[in-house]
Amino acid sequence: MLAYIARRVLLMIPTILLISIISFIAIQLPPGDFMTSYVAGMRTMGENIEQEAIDNLRARYGLGEPVYVQYYKWMNGIILRGDWGQSMEWQKPVKELIGERLLLTVILSLVSLLVSWFIAIPIGVYSATHQYSIPDYVMSIISFIGVGVPGFLLALIIMYFAQTQLNMNVGGLFSEKYINAPWSLERVIDMLKHLWIPVVILAVEGTAGGIRTTRANLLDELNKPYVELARAKGLNEWKLIWKYPVRIALNPFFSTVGWSLASLISGATLISVVLSLQTTGPMQLRALTSQDMYLAGSFLLILSVLTIIGTLISDILLAWVDPRIRLEK
Amino acid sequence: MKQDQLLIEVKDLKTYFFLDEGTVRALDGVDFNIWRGQTIGVVGESGCGKSVTARSILRIVPKPGRIVGGEITLHRQLDAEGNGGRTEELKLTQLDAAGPVMRSIRGAEIALVPQEPMASLSPVYTIGNQISEAIMLHQGVGKEEARAKAIEMLDLAGFPKPKERIDSYPHQLSGGLRQRAVIAMGLSCHPSLLIADEPTTALDVTTEAQILRLMRSLQQELGMAIMFITHNLGVVAQMCEDVVVMYMGRVVEEAPVDDIFHNPTHPYTQALLRSIPRLGQKTQERRQLESIRGTVPDPYSIPTGCAFHPRCSQRIAGVCDKAAPPYIEVEPGHKVRCVLYGANGA
Amino acid sequence: MTVSSPTNDQLREPAVEDEILTSGENVYVAPPWKLMWWRFRRHKMAMVSAVVLIVFYFTAAFCEFVAPYDPDAPFIQYKYSSPTKIHIRDAEGQFRAPFVYQTKRGLDPNTLQIGYSEDKTIRYTIQFFVQGFDYKLLGLIPADIHLFGIPVAGENQGVFLFGADRLGRDVFSRIAYGARLSLSLGLVGVLLSLVLGVILGGVSGYFGGWIDTLVQRTIEFIRTIPTIPLWMTLSAALPADWPVTRVYFGITVILSLVGWTFMARVVRGRFLAMREEDFVLAARLNGAREMRIIVRHMVPSFLSYIIAALTLAIPGMILAETGLSFLGLGLRPPAISWGVLLQEAMNLRSLVLAPWVLWPGAAVVISVLAFNFVGDGMRDAADPYAR
Repeated sequence: MLAYIARRVLLMIPTILLISIISFIAIQLPPGDFMTSYVAGMRTMGENIEQEAIDNLRARYGLGEPVYVQYYKWMNGIILRGDWGQSMEWQKPVKELIGERLLLTVILSLVSLLVSWFIAIPIGVYSATHQYSIPDYVMSIISFIGVGVPGFLLALIIMYFAQTQLNMNVGGLFSEKYINAPWSLERVIDMLKHLWIPVVILAVEGTAGGIRTTRANLLDELNKPYVELARAKGLNEWKLIWKYPVRIALNPFFSTVGWSLASLISGATLISVVLSLQTTGPMQLRALTSQDMYLAGSFLLILSVLTIIGTLISDILLAWVDPRIRLEK
Repeated sequence: MKQDQLLIEVKDLKTYFFLDEGTVRALDGVDFNIWRGQTIGVVGESGCGKSVTARSILRIVPKPGRIVGGEITLHRQLDAEGNGGRTEELKLTQLDAAGPVMRSIRGAEIALVPQEPMASLSPVYTIGNQISEAIMLHQGVGKEEARAKAIEMLDLAGFPKPKERIDSYPHQLSGGLRQRAVIAMGLSCHPSLLIADEPTTALDVTTEAQILRLMRSLQQELGMAIMFITHNLGVVAQMCEDVVVMYMGRVVEEAPVDDIFHNPTHPYTQALLRSIPRLGQKTQERRQLESIRGTVPDPYSIPTGCAFHPRCSQRIAGVCDKAAPPYIEVEPGHKVRCVLYGANGA
Repeated sequence: MTVSSPTNDQLREPAVEDEILTSGENVYVAPPWKLMWWRFRRHKMAMVSAVVLIVFYFTAAFCEFVAPYDPDAPFIQYKYSSPTKIHIRDAEGQFRAPFVYQTKRGLDPNTLQIGYSEDKTIRYTIQFFVQGFDYKLLGLIPADIHLFGIPVAGENQGVFLFGADRLGRDVFSRIAYGARLSLSLGLVGVLLSLVLGVILGGVSGYFGGWIDTLVQRTIEFIRTIPTIPLWMTLSAALPADWPVTRVYFGITVILSLVGWTFMARVVRGRFLAMREEDFVLAARLNGAREMRIIVRHMVPSFLSYIIAALTLAIPGMILAETGLSFLGLGLRPPAISWGVLLQEAMNLRSLVLAPWVLWPGAAVVISVLAFNFVGDGMRDAADPYAR
């Protein structure tokens, strides 16, 4: 088991390296660089900057050097000093800017994942064991809608109704006074009060998918001989359903935790732009449009690393949970 | 060894499956009895209803099937010892299939040994867990005691080194060992009736012989009845005292094993026996293997009257396709459902 | 233990009668596509959705015909006007052909905001196949007939089924035009993914070995990067000054860079499953050449799965483009796609004043659901082992 984990961790390293290269190249793709869009922005406001100043700034940010040199310096900084570069737009270290946003993204995604599981699994089990009943049809319809309505659209609709019907502004994860405050119990409570709306929106798609997967997997398992033998032993129907087929039907959930988290992080990006949440989404969008190189690149890199860690966790979980895999290692 | 007490009475059992495409009359009036300690074989082609009969007795017929008529009566002993103590009659067909009474019978009074041991054991729990489960449920003992009893059972089933291997997972065991584990599971609560649904079909011949030997010795030791479902007449000859032959959801012949083989009365039974390849058949005769002509009818359109008549070489037009023949006793203990044996006997 | 044979006088020779047993049936064998169609027909939702999709794609192809107004034409007097109500009963309670009342613009004394009310004295009956603005059908044939409308200049009165946006543009017409880009991009993107996916997945599944490992690792690697951040990053690379068509294809390529992995997995999965199938082995033992085996035996077997997978991949593309354009990173104005239209809703004040700008979202949801149902129906119809 340990050897398995060690092997997977070792494989992670070249993957992360490759992603860092790709992230960096992707950032370099737009023509020009931060300075060009900065200057263009200034110009539209009527300000003019002299070429010399531009050149100085360029040199200072290292923008004139060849790509691989810039990449090397960036990687060096990350690995040796934990320095992810400087944001040109915000004039602050990238680490500071991303830090809290990343934490909130992870919290949002994890909570949504757990919520979607807690709702989807019981409903899926009920649907499968009461196939073709009315609640089953209703659940099917709801889950279809959940898959079809994109998160950001749902966010827009909820924002609209909250504003017009409840006169409530649902944007953001914190109230005014807690936005930049240091962490405290009150801040956590405040966050939880604001968190539930994005969690609900984000969890909708995951729940819908979860219901369908649970239902389909369970239907496959319910007719198998081991379920019949359990019943022939005289076990209580509900107990045996949860102990035997549900247990097996849930395997895919464990093995896809990594992907589910990745898709939640991805979906959170759009929703957080709509709701102006203090997660990575809105800031990444800005960084991309203004070509704030290190900030944008770091976002892509760190989010990918999160996904890789998530996949590792799900592989370990699956091996732990399924003795057929565990005992082969 | 067949005793004098009735254990199970199956009267006119009808189990239908209600599908979109139509209704399948899987069991259409099944009659037979099982006596305490008896080894009774149930034979027939695939689809004749042998397995459905077993599941009807256990009341685990899967949806969309259900018992629509007839009666199954269990004569359960109320004293722990037996030996002619008081019995109560329970009509299994009238019990709630998922209710506590039926569940206390399933696994304890009547147990199932299914066909595929690999598919019948959950891969994520140890065999110890799965065997102890039934023991804890029916005998009300704790985990430690259940585990000890499970080890005993595995030992009884000829499982080597049960103490060390009770915590193995099914995929770590060979086919023969898994079948022994499943047998141990079935025996764990000392049932009066063990229903073995083709228990050796998935095994190789050597293992099959071992398992059959095991079952015979267990039966002698524990005095339980075995209902042996198979399509293999050789196994029947080896194991059973009495034989029930089924065709398309009905019993067509019932007799002691010797009578079935030496004096088969129903044309279907005769055809079955003729189709067995025999060792020592004279090669000069170069006879083709005989098969029963035609194929098993589509379950959605069972022939009228006697279900076998389209394939029967002795059918009587106008009689066999009109009404189902009555079930006649041609000799003591030998019953047949065929118009050739009217009220006057053979 | 041998079984003794029954004595002869108990056996009778089997008679040779054939009437009951072989009733000379004429067996009709339907071609596989027909079988698929019959099975597909049984799924009511899939059939309904297929019809919906046909209507949508018709609108996309003939959007100029379906739209009553030029999508870029601003009717300033009708800024933020709510959807025009269609009546069939007039003020006196009489039934008439569907019509609309004259919309009057006025100042609401309570809120001091521009409001719209109906002047019930002036009626305009809705006509079909009306003359309207000029266009070129399919880009070739000049025409000016539209599906419905009123024979009055838009400035005087409009039939705004879904209201007007902040510039007074008819939302319904814009949705109709948006269908063209949104729906076609889905198709093109999926086809591109298919080409890449079939080639790489097929090669991977068929040859196995190190090619397979390489392709698999690549797929896993691509799936490790969260899709929307990746797409955002790549889309930002498309220069703002590129013409719409170039941006369109750029987006298609970007979406396909991730999309092909899905197709490749399906193709590879089918290849692997089929390599083990006995009918392939039988063909090989019969001496058939590899190419013939692939074309004649394997391809028909997985074609239906591929089509089903394609159909199920399209909603992903549509949602992706909508999301990207919504953020401003995909298609941009003056291009019209549903995602671009939804950008209008980003401004909360705007949204509160004119919630009907969310209607493009309904179009997205309906198309996604329709594709899902059709795809499910196809997958069930394609599986020869399903009941």
